[in-house]
Amino acid sequence: MNNKYRPYTLIAELTYRCPLHCPYCSNPSDLAEYGKEIDTDTWIRVFQEAEELGVIQLNLTGGEPLLRDDLELLVERARRLDLYTNLITSGVPLTFERLTRLRERGLDSVQISIQSTRGAVSDRLAGTPAFNRKLDAMRWATSLRLPLTLNVVLHRENIAEIEEFIALAEHVAADRLELANTQYLGWALKNRHALLPTREHIKWARTVAAEAKTRLRGRMEVVFVTPDYYTEYPKSCMEGWGRRFIVVNPEGLALPCHLAHTIPGLQFERVTQHRLADIWRRSSGFNRFRGEEWLPDPCRTCDRRAIDFGGCRCQAFHLMGDAGLPDPACTLAPGHHVIESARAQAGRSVSIPVLFEHRTGLGHSSR
Amino acid sequence: MNYATVRPRLSEKVRLRFDRRTDRYLLLYPETGLELNETATAIVRLCTGEWTIDEIVDHLIRSYGDVSRGEISRAVREFLAILADRGLLQGAA
Repeated sequence: MNNKYRPYTLIAELTYRCPLHCPYCSNPSDLAEYGKEIDTDTWIRVFQEAEELGVIQLNLTGGEPLLRDDLELLVERARRLDLYTNLITSGVPLTFERLTRLRERGLDSVQISIQSTRGAVSDRLAGTPAFNRKLDAMRWATSLRLPLTLNVVLHRENIAEIEEFIALAEHVAADRLELANTQYLGWALKNRHALLPTREHIKWARTVAAEAKTRLRGRMEVVFVTPDYYTEYPKSCMEGWGRRFIVVNPEGLALPCHLAHTIPGLQFERVTQHRLADIWRRSSGFNRFRGEEWLPDPCRTCDRRAIDFGGCRCQAFHLMGDAGLPDPACTLAPGHHVIESARAQAGRSVSIPVLFEHRTGLGHSSR
Repeated sequence: MNYATVRPRLSEKVRLRFDRRTDRYLLLYPETGLELNETATAIVRLCTGEWTIDEIVDHLIRSYGDVSRGEISRAVREFLAILADRGLLQGAA
Protein backbone atom coordinates (compact mmCIF):
# COMPACT_ATOMS: atom_id res chain seq x y z
CA MET A 1 0.00 0.00 0.00
CA ASN A 2 1.36 3.39 -0.86
CA ASN A 3 -0.56 6.38 0.47
CA LYS A 4 2.37 8.73 0.49
CA TYR A 5 1.84 10.00 -3.02
CA ARG A 6 -1.06 11.98 -4.42
CA PRO A 7 -1.67 12.33 -8.14
CA TYR A 8 -2.62 15.88 -9.16
CA THR A 9 -2.91 15.48 -12.91
CA LEU A 10 -4.51 12.85 -15.09
CA ILE A 11 -3.25 12.79 -18.65
CA ALA A 12 -5.98 11.09 -20.64
CA GLU A 13 -4.66 9.97 -24.00
CA LEU A 14 -8.02 9.46 -25.65
CA THR A 15 -6.68 8.11 -28.92
CA TYR A 16 -3.45 7.60 -30.82
CA ARG A 17 -5.19 8.57 -34.06
CA CYS A 18 -4.02 11.91 -35.44
CA PRO A 19 -4.23 13.73 -38.77
CA LEU A 20 -0.68 15.02 -38.24
CA HIS A 21 2.56 13.13 -38.81
CA CYS A 22 5.23 15.07 -36.97
CA PRO A 23 8.77 13.71 -37.05
CA TYR A 24 9.13 14.21 -33.28
CA CYS A 25 5.82 12.64 -32.29
CA SER A 26 5.77 11.62 -28.64
CA ASN A 27 3.49 8.64 -29.15
CA PRO A 28 5.06 5.17 -29.16
CA SER A 29 6.75 4.35 -32.44
CA ASP A 30 5.19 0.89 -32.70
CA LEU A 31 1.60 2.06 -32.98
CA ALA A 32 0.55 -0.63 -35.40
CA GLU A 33 0.63 -3.04 -32.47
CA TYR A 34 -1.93 -1.15 -30.43
CA GLY A 35 -5.47 -2.33 -30.01
CA LYS A 36 -8.90 -1.02 -29.25
CA GLU A 37 -9.59 2.33 -27.57
CA ILE A 38 -11.41 2.23 -24.24
CA ASP A 39 -15.02 3.38 -24.31
CA THR A 40 -16.85 6.41 -22.95
CA ASP A 41 -18.13 4.76 -19.77
CA THR A 42 -14.65 3.56 -18.86
CA TRP A 43 -13.21 7.06 -19.29
CA ILE A 44 -15.97 8.54 -17.14
CA ARG A 45 -15.25 5.99 -14.41
CA VAL A 46 -11.51 6.74 -14.69
CA PHE A 47 -12.20 10.47 -14.23
CA GLN A 48 -14.26 9.72 -11.10
CA GLU A 49 -11.63 7.41 -9.66
CA ALA A 50 -8.89 9.91 -10.44
CA GLU A 51 -10.77 12.70 -8.70
CA GLU A 52 -11.27 10.52 -5.64
CA LEU A 53 -7.52 9.89 -5.59
CA GLY A 54 -6.82 13.63 -5.51
CA VAL A 55 -6.54 14.59 -9.18
CA ILE A 56 -7.57 18.19 -9.91
CA GLN A 57 -6.17 18.73 -13.40
CA LEU A 58 -7.24 16.79 -16.46
CA ASN A 59 -5.42 16.94 -19.78
CA LEU A 60 -7.42 15.51 -22.66
CA THR A 61 -4.87 14.61 -25.25
CA GLY A 62 -3.84 11.98 -27.77
CA GLY A 63 -3.13 11.63 -30.66
CA GLU A 64 -5.85 14.05 -31.57
CA PRO A 65 -8.62 14.01 -28.94
CA LEU A 66 -11.07 15.76 -31.27
CA LEU A 67 -11.28 12.51 -33.22
CA ARG A 68 -13.30 11.07 -30.32
CA ASP A 69 -17.03 11.64 -30.92
CA ASP A 70 -17.67 11.51 -27.18
CA LEU A 71 -15.35 14.40 -26.36
CA GLU A 72 -18.23 16.76 -25.47
CA LEU A 73 -19.67 14.24 -23.07
CA LEU A 74 -16.26 13.57 -21.50
CA VAL A 75 -15.70 17.30 -20.98
CA GLU A 76 -19.12 17.66 -19.40
CA ARG A 77 -18.51 14.80 -16.98
CA ALA A 78 -15.03 16.05 -16.11
CA ARG A 79 -16.42 19.47 -15.34
CA ARG A 80 -19.14 17.94 -13.19
CA LEU A 81 -16.29 16.49 -11.10
CA ASP A 82 -14.81 19.99 -10.88
CA LEU A 83 -11.65 18.92 -12.71
CA TYR A 84 -9.73 21.71 -14.43
CA THR A 85 -10.08 20.44 -17.97
CA ASN A 86 -7.56 21.26 -20.65
CA LEU A 87 -7.86 20.15 -24.28
CA ILE A 88 -4.55 19.50 -26.03
CA THR A 89 -5.11 19.53 -29.75
CA SER A 90 -3.56 20.07 -33.15
CA GLY A 91 -6.58 22.30 -33.82
CA VAL A 92 -7.03 20.61 -37.17
CA PRO A 93 -10.36 18.75 -37.03
CA LEU A 94 -11.99 21.66 -35.16
CA THR A 95 -14.90 23.91 -36.06
CA PHE A 96 -16.08 27.05 -34.30
CA GLU A 97 -19.36 25.28 -33.47
CA ARG A 98 -17.58 22.37 -31.84
CA LEU A 99 -15.29 24.58 -29.79
CA THR A 100 -18.34 26.58 -28.68
CA ARG A 101 -20.05 23.38 -27.56
CA LEU A 102 -16.95 22.25 -25.67
CA ARG A 103 -16.75 25.64 -23.97
CA GLU A 104 -20.42 25.42 -23.00
CA ARG A 105 -19.89 21.96 -21.54
CA GLY A 106 -17.22 23.38 -19.26
CA LEU A 107 -13.88 23.16 -21.03
CA ASP A 108 -11.44 25.35 -19.06
CA SER A 109 -8.60 25.85 -21.50
CA VAL A 110 -7.21 24.75 -24.81
CA GLN A 111 -3.67 24.11 -25.98
CA ILE A 112 -2.96 24.27 -29.69
CA SER A 113 0.30 23.13 -31.23
CA ILE A 114 2.04 24.85 -34.07
CA GLN A 115 4.99 23.51 -36.05
CA SER A 116 6.23 26.70 -37.71
CA THR A 117 5.06 30.29 -38.26
CA ARG A 118 5.59 29.76 -41.97
CA GLY A 119 2.63 28.01 -43.51
CA ALA A 120 4.55 25.87 -45.97
CA VAL A 121 7.10 24.73 -43.38
CA SER A 122 4.39 24.06 -40.82
CA ASP A 123 2.42 21.94 -43.27
CA ARG A 124 5.50 19.98 -44.29
CA LEU A 125 6.48 19.24 -40.69
CA ALA A 126 2.93 18.27 -39.80
CA GLY A 127 2.69 16.18 -42.93
CA THR A 128 -0.66 17.72 -43.82
CA PRO A 129 -2.04 21.18 -44.73
CA ALA A 130 -2.91 22.28 -41.22
CA PHE A 131 -1.48 25.75 -40.74
CA ASN A 132 -4.47 27.91 -41.61
CA ARG A 133 -6.82 25.69 -39.65
CA LYS A 134 -4.61 26.09 -36.60
CA LEU A 135 -4.71 29.87 -36.95
CA ASP A 136 -8.51 29.73 -37.18
CA ALA A 137 -8.66 27.53 -34.09
CA MET A 138 -6.54 30.01 -32.12
CA ARG A 139 -8.79 32.90 -33.12
CA TRP A 140 -11.88 30.93 -32.15
CA ALA A 141 -10.42 30.19 -28.74
CA THR A 142 -9.72 33.86 -28.15
CA SER A 143 -13.15 34.92 -29.37
CA LEU A 144 -14.78 32.44 -26.97
CA ARG A 145 -12.55 33.79 -24.18
CA LEU A 146 -11.16 30.32 -23.76
CA PRO A 147 -7.68 30.51 -22.21
CA LEU A 148 -5.21 29.58 -24.92
CA THR A 149 -1.81 27.96 -24.71
CA LEU A 150 0.27 27.96 -27.85
CA ASN A 151 2.60 24.98 -27.85
CA VAL A 152 5.67 24.82 -30.03
CA VAL A 153 7.95 21.81 -30.16
CA LEU A 154 11.34 23.27 -31.01
CA HIS A 155 14.01 21.55 -33.08
CA ARG A 156 16.71 22.49 -35.50
CA GLU A 157 14.41 23.38 -38.34
CA ASN A 158 12.16 25.84 -36.49
CA ILE A 159 14.26 27.15 -33.62
CA ALA A 160 15.39 30.14 -35.71
CA GLU A 161 11.74 31.28 -35.77
CA ILE A 162 11.55 31.82 -32.05
CA GLU A 163 10.88 35.56 -32.34
CA GLU A 164 8.10 34.86 -34.84
CA PHE A 165 6.53 32.30 -32.50
CA ILE A 166 6.48 34.89 -29.73
CA ALA A 167 5.00 37.51 -32.08
CA LEU A 168 2.32 35.07 -33.22
CA ALA A 169 1.42 34.19 -29.63
CA GLU A 170 1.05 37.89 -28.85
CA HIS A 171 -0.97 38.44 -32.00
CA VAL A 172 -3.50 35.73 -31.12
CA ALA A 173 -3.51 36.90 -27.48
CA ALA A 174 -2.42 33.55 -26.05
CA ASP A 175 -2.28 33.25 -22.27
CA ARG A 176 0.66 30.94 -22.36
CA LEU A 177 3.42 30.09 -24.79
CA GLU A 178 5.32 26.84 -24.43
CA LEU A 179 8.58 26.83 -26.34
CA ALA A 180 9.53 23.27 -25.56
CA ASN A 181 12.48 21.62 -27.16
CA THR A 182 11.81 18.13 -28.39
CA GLN A 183 12.18 15.32 -25.90
CA TYR A 184 14.41 12.90 -27.75
CA LEU A 185 12.44 9.73 -27.21
CA GLY A 186 10.16 7.74 -29.51
CA TRP A 187 10.06 9.22 -33.00
CA ALA A 188 12.24 12.14 -32.03
CA LEU A 189 15.05 9.80 -30.98
CA LYS A 190 14.87 8.04 -34.33
CA ASN A 191 15.08 11.44 -36.04
CA ARG A 192 17.50 13.03 -33.60
CA HIS A 193 20.26 13.53 -36.16
CA ALA A 194 17.92 15.80 -38.12
CA LEU A 195 16.28 17.53 -35.15
CA LEU A 196 18.80 18.31 -32.42
CA PRO A 197 19.85 21.99 -32.50
CA THR A 198 23.39 23.16 -31.83
CA ARG A 199 24.53 24.71 -28.57
CA GLU A 200 24.59 28.16 -30.20
CA HIS A 201 20.98 27.78 -31.39
CA ILE A 202 19.86 26.88 -27.89
CA LYS A 203 21.79 29.64 -26.21
CA TRP A 204 20.36 32.29 -28.50
CA ALA A 205 16.81 30.94 -28.31
CA ARG A 206 16.93 30.80 -24.52
CA THR A 207 18.02 34.45 -24.38
CA VAL A 208 15.21 35.56 -26.70
CA ALA A 209 12.66 33.59 -24.67
CA ALA A 210 13.96 35.05 -21.39
CA GLU A 211 13.54 38.58 -22.72
CA ALA A 212 9.99 37.84 -23.83
CA LYS A 213 9.21 36.28 -20.48
CA THR A 214 10.22 39.47 -18.68
CA ARG A 215 8.49 41.78 -21.14
CA LEU A 216 5.22 39.82 -21.13
CA ARG A 217 5.06 39.05 -17.42
CA GLY A 218 1.50 39.15 -16.16
CA ARG A 219 0.05 39.09 -19.68
CA MET A 220 1.45 35.91 -21.16
CA GLU A 221 3.40 33.16 -19.49
CA VAL A 222 6.42 32.19 -21.58
CA VAL A 223 7.92 28.80 -20.84
CA PHE A 224 11.18 27.69 -22.46
CA VAL A 225 12.22 24.07 -22.10
CA THR A 226 15.87 23.38 -22.89
CA PRO A 227 16.60 19.97 -24.39
CA ASP A 228 18.20 17.58 -21.90
CA TYR A 229 21.18 17.42 -24.22
CA TYR A 230 22.21 20.95 -23.25
CA THR A 231 21.48 21.02 -19.55
CA GLU A 232 23.97 20.18 -16.85
CA TYR A 233 21.46 18.11 -14.91
CA PRO A 234 18.48 16.05 -16.03
CA LYS A 235 14.87 17.18 -15.81
CA SER A 236 12.70 16.00 -13.00
CA CYS A 237 10.83 13.87 -15.48
CA MET A 238 7.08 13.88 -14.67
CA GLU A 239 8.16 15.54 -11.41
CA GLY A 240 9.21 12.09 -10.27
CA TRP A 241 8.01 8.64 -11.26
CA GLY A 242 4.54 7.90 -9.90
CA ARG A 243 4.61 11.05 -7.84
CA ARG A 244 2.12 13.55 -9.31
CA PHE A 245 0.96 12.28 -12.70
CA ILE A 246 -1.08 9.40 -14.04
CA VAL A 247 -1.21 8.76 -17.75
CA VAL A 248 -3.96 6.53 -19.09
CA ASN A 249 -3.28 5.54 -22.67
CA PRO A 250 -5.88 4.88 -25.38
CA GLU A 251 -6.02 1.18 -24.51
CA GLY A 252 -6.57 1.90 -20.84
CA LEU A 253 -3.08 1.13 -19.61
CA ALA A 254 -2.29 3.30 -16.55
CA LEU A 255 1.27 4.63 -16.62
CA PRO A 256 3.63 6.96 -14.73
CA CYS A 257 4.59 8.58 -18.06
CA HIS A 258 3.35 8.20 -21.61
CA LEU A 259 6.27 6.00 -22.67
CA ALA A 260 6.74 3.96 -19.48
CA HIS A 261 5.36 0.83 -21.14
CA THR A 262 8.14 0.95 -23.74
CA ILE A 263 10.55 -0.05 -20.95
CA PRO A 264 10.77 -3.86 -20.95
CA GLY A 265 10.31 -5.79 -17.74
CA LEU A 266 7.88 -3.38 -16.07
CA GLN A 267 4.35 -4.45 -15.39
CA PHE A 268 1.44 -2.05 -15.81
CA GLU A 269 -2.26 -2.60 -15.38
CA ARG A 270 -5.36 -1.64 -17.30
CA VAL A 271 -8.12 0.56 -15.93
CA THR A 272 -10.58 -1.91 -17.45
CA GLN A 273 -9.38 -4.57 -14.99
CA HIS A 274 -8.37 -2.65 -11.87
CA ARG A 275 -9.45 0.37 -9.91
CA LEU A 276 -7.21 3.36 -10.47
CA ALA A 277 -6.50 3.68 -6.73
CA ASP A 278 -5.25 0.10 -6.61
CA ILE A 279 -3.03 0.67 -9.63
CA TRP A 280 -1.66 3.93 -8.22
CA ARG A 281 -0.77 2.37 -4.89
CA ARG A 282 0.08 -1.24 -5.69
CA SER A 283 1.24 -1.46 -9.29
CA SER A 284 4.78 -2.84 -9.36
CA GLY A 285 5.44 -0.64 -12.42
CA PHE A 286 4.40 2.53 -10.54
CA ASN A 287 6.43 1.53 -7.49
CA ARG A 288 9.55 0.47 -9.38
CA PHE A 289 11.17 3.93 -9.58
CA ARG A 290 9.25 5.73 -6.86
CA GLY A 291 10.98 7.55 -4.04
CA GLU A 292 14.70 7.15 -3.40
CA GLU A 293 15.25 3.49 -2.52
CA TRP A 294 15.82 2.40 -6.10
CA LEU A 295 18.33 5.16 -6.92
CA PRO A 296 21.65 4.04 -8.45
CA ASP A 297 25.06 5.59 -7.79
CA PRO A 298 25.91 8.44 -8.00
CA CYS A 299 22.27 9.60 -7.63
CA ARG A 300 21.66 7.98 -4.24
CA THR A 301 24.03 10.36 -2.47
CA CYS A 302 23.58 13.34 -4.78
CA ASP A 303 22.24 16.61 -3.35
CA ARG A 304 19.93 16.91 -6.34
CA ARG A 305 18.16 13.58 -5.86
CA ALA A 306 15.07 15.29 -4.42
CA ILE A 307 15.09 17.79 -7.30
CA ASP A 308 15.37 15.58 -10.38
CA PHE A 309 14.73 12.08 -8.94
CA GLY A 310 17.47 10.62 -11.10
CA GLY A 311 15.99 12.08 -14.31
CA CYS A 312 14.12 10.29 -17.06
CA ARG A 313 13.80 6.48 -16.88
CA CYS A 314 12.87 6.18 -20.55
CA GLN A 315 15.98 8.11 -21.54
CA ALA A 316 18.15 5.85 -19.36
CA PHE A 317 16.61 2.83 -21.03
CA HIS A 318 16.64 4.06 -24.62
CA LEU A 319 20.17 5.48 -24.48
CA MET A 320 21.85 3.20 -21.94
CA GLY A 321 19.80 0.02 -22.27
CA ASP A 322 18.86 -0.01 -18.56
CA ALA A 323 16.07 2.07 -17.05
CA GLY A 324 17.64 1.70 -13.60
CA LEU A 325 20.75 3.70 -14.53
CA PRO A 326 21.15 7.45 -13.99
CA ASP A 327 19.73 9.57 -16.81
CA PRO A 328 22.73 10.08 -19.13
CA ALA A 329 21.66 13.73 -19.60
CA CYS A 330 23.32 14.35 -16.23
CA THR A 331 26.96 15.44 -16.44
CA LEU A 332 27.60 13.32 -13.34
CA ALA A 333 26.21 10.15 -14.94
CA PRO A 334 28.68 7.48 -16.09
CA GLY A 335 26.88 7.30 -19.44
CA HIS A 336 27.00 11.02 -20.21
CA HIS A 337 29.35 10.43 -23.16
CA VAL A 338 26.38 9.28 -25.30
CA ILE A 339 24.86 12.75 -24.88
CA GLU A 340 28.18 14.39 -25.66
CA SER A 341 28.56 12.47 -28.89
CA ALA A 342 25.00 13.31 -30.00
CA ARG A 343 25.77 16.95 -29.28
CA ALA A 344 29.01 16.78 -31.25
CA GLN A 345 27.08 15.28 -34.16
CA ALA A 346 24.59 18.18 -34.03
CA GLY A 347 27.50 20.63 -34.09
CA ARG A 348 28.95 18.98 -37.19
CA SER A 349 25.76 18.89 -39.26
CA VAL A 350 25.84 22.04 -41.32
CA SER A 351 22.85 21.65 -43.57
CA ILE A 352 19.49 20.50 -42.38
CA PRO A 353 18.59 17.05 -43.61
CA VAL A 354 15.23 17.17 -45.31
CA LEU A 355 14.27 13.54 -45.02
CA PHE A 356 12.14 12.62 -42.10
CA GLU A 357 11.15 9.08 -41.50
CA HIS A 358 7.73 8.66 -43.01
CA ARG A 359 5.14 6.65 -41.28
CA THR A 360 1.89 5.07 -42.25
CA GLY A 361 -1.00 3.58 -40.37
CA LEU A 362 -2.80 5.34 -37.58
CA GLY A 363 -0.92 8.60 -37.72
CA HIS A 364 0.66 10.32 -34.78
CA SER A 365 0.26 13.10 -32.32
CA SER A 366 1.51 16.60 -32.89
CA ARG A 367 2.80 16.75 -29.38
CA MET B 1 -1.23 49.01 -8.61
CA ASN B 2 -3.11 51.99 -7.30
CA TYR B 3 -4.74 51.15 -4.00
CA ALA B 4 -7.60 53.58 -4.29
CA THR B 5 -8.65 52.97 -7.88
CA VAL B 6 -7.61 49.49 -9.05
CA ARG B 7 -10.31 46.88 -8.58
CA PRO B 8 -8.62 43.48 -8.89
CA ARG B 9 -10.52 40.81 -10.69
CA LEU B 10 -9.46 37.22 -11.26
CA SER B 11 -8.69 36.38 -14.86
CA GLU B 12 -10.97 33.99 -16.71
CA LYS B 13 -8.54 31.14 -16.73
CA VAL B 14 -8.69 30.85 -12.95
CA ARG B 15 -10.95 28.54 -10.96
CA LEU B 16 -11.27 28.32 -7.22
CA ARG B 17 -11.82 24.80 -5.93
CA PHE B 18 -12.11 23.38 -2.46
CA ASP B 19 -9.69 20.53 -1.81
CA ARG B 20 -11.22 18.04 0.60
CA ARG B 21 -7.87 16.34 1.08
CA THR B 22 -6.14 19.37 2.57
CA ASP B 23 -9.22 21.36 3.66
CA ARG B 24 -7.87 24.27 1.68
CA TYR B 25 -8.86 26.13 -1.42
CA LEU B 26 -6.90 25.72 -4.61
CA LEU B 27 -6.65 28.34 -7.31
CA LEU B 28 -6.41 26.35 -10.50
CA TYR B 29 -5.17 27.52 -13.89
CA PRO B 30 -3.67 25.75 -16.91
CA GLU B 31 -1.17 23.05 -15.94
CA THR B 32 -0.94 24.02 -12.28
CA GLY B 33 -2.47 25.81 -9.33
CA LEU B 34 -1.83 27.58 -6.04
CA GLU B 35 -2.72 26.17 -2.66
CA LEU B 36 -4.26 29.00 -0.68
CA ASN B 37 -4.16 29.60 3.05
CA GLU B 38 -7.09 31.21 4.83
CA THR B 39 -5.96 34.80 4.21
CA ALA B 40 -5.18 34.14 0.56
CA THR B 41 -8.61 32.56 0.12
CA ALA B 42 -10.26 35.61 1.67
CA ILE B 43 -8.34 37.92 -0.66
CA VAL B 44 -9.14 35.83 -3.74
CA ARG B 45 -12.85 35.89 -2.87
CA LEU B 46 -12.71 39.68 -2.91
CA CYS B 47 -11.04 39.87 -6.33
CA THR B 48 -14.35 40.27 -8.12
CA GLY B 49 -13.74 43.61 -9.78
CA GLU B 50 -16.06 45.32 -7.29
CA TRP B 51 -13.56 46.27 -4.61
CA THR B 52 -10.51 48.50 -4.65
CA ILE B 53 -7.37 47.26 -2.95
CA ASP B 54 -8.00 49.64 -0.04
CA GLU B 55 -11.48 48.21 0.35
CA ILE B 56 -10.11 44.65 0.28
CA VAL B 57 -7.77 45.61 3.12
CA ASP B 58 -10.74 47.14 5.01
CA HIS B 59 -12.71 43.89 4.62
CA LEU B 60 -9.83 41.84 5.98
CA ILE B 61 -9.30 44.16 8.93
CA ARG B 62 -12.89 43.51 9.91
CA SER B 63 -12.27 39.75 9.91
CA TYR B 64 -8.77 39.81 11.43
CA GLY B 65 -9.14 42.62 13.98
CA ASP B 66 -6.05 41.65 15.93
CA VAL B 67 -3.66 42.25 13.02
CA SER B 68 -2.39 45.74 12.21
CA ARG B 69 -3.49 47.55 9.07
CA GLY B 70 0.12 47.75 7.92
CA GLU B 71 0.57 44.04 8.17
CA ILE B 72 -2.66 43.23 6.35
CA SER B 73 -1.96 45.80 3.70
CA ARG B 74 1.47 44.27 3.10
CA ALA B 75 0.03 40.75 2.89
CA VAL B 76 -2.58 41.87 0.36
CA ARG B 77 -0.02 43.73 -1.72
CA GLU B 78 2.37 40.79 -1.80
CA PHE B 79 -0.29 38.29 -2.65
CA LEU B 80 -1.81 40.41 -5.42
CA ALA B 81 1.67 40.77 -6.89
CA ILE B 82 2.02 36.98 -6.95
CA LEU B 83 -1.32 36.69 -8.74
CA ALA B 84 -0.50 39.48 -11.20
CA ASP B 85 2.92 37.98 -12.02
CA ARG B 86 1.24 34.73 -12.96
CA GLY B 87 -1.31 36.50 -15.12
CA LEU B 88 -4.14 35.56 -12.76
CA LEU B 89 -5.56 39.07 -12.50
CA GLN B 90 -7.34 40.75 -15.38
CA GLY B 91 -5.58 43.72 -16.92
CA ALA B 92 -2.94 43.79 -14.19
CA ALA B 93 0.13 43.74 -16.44
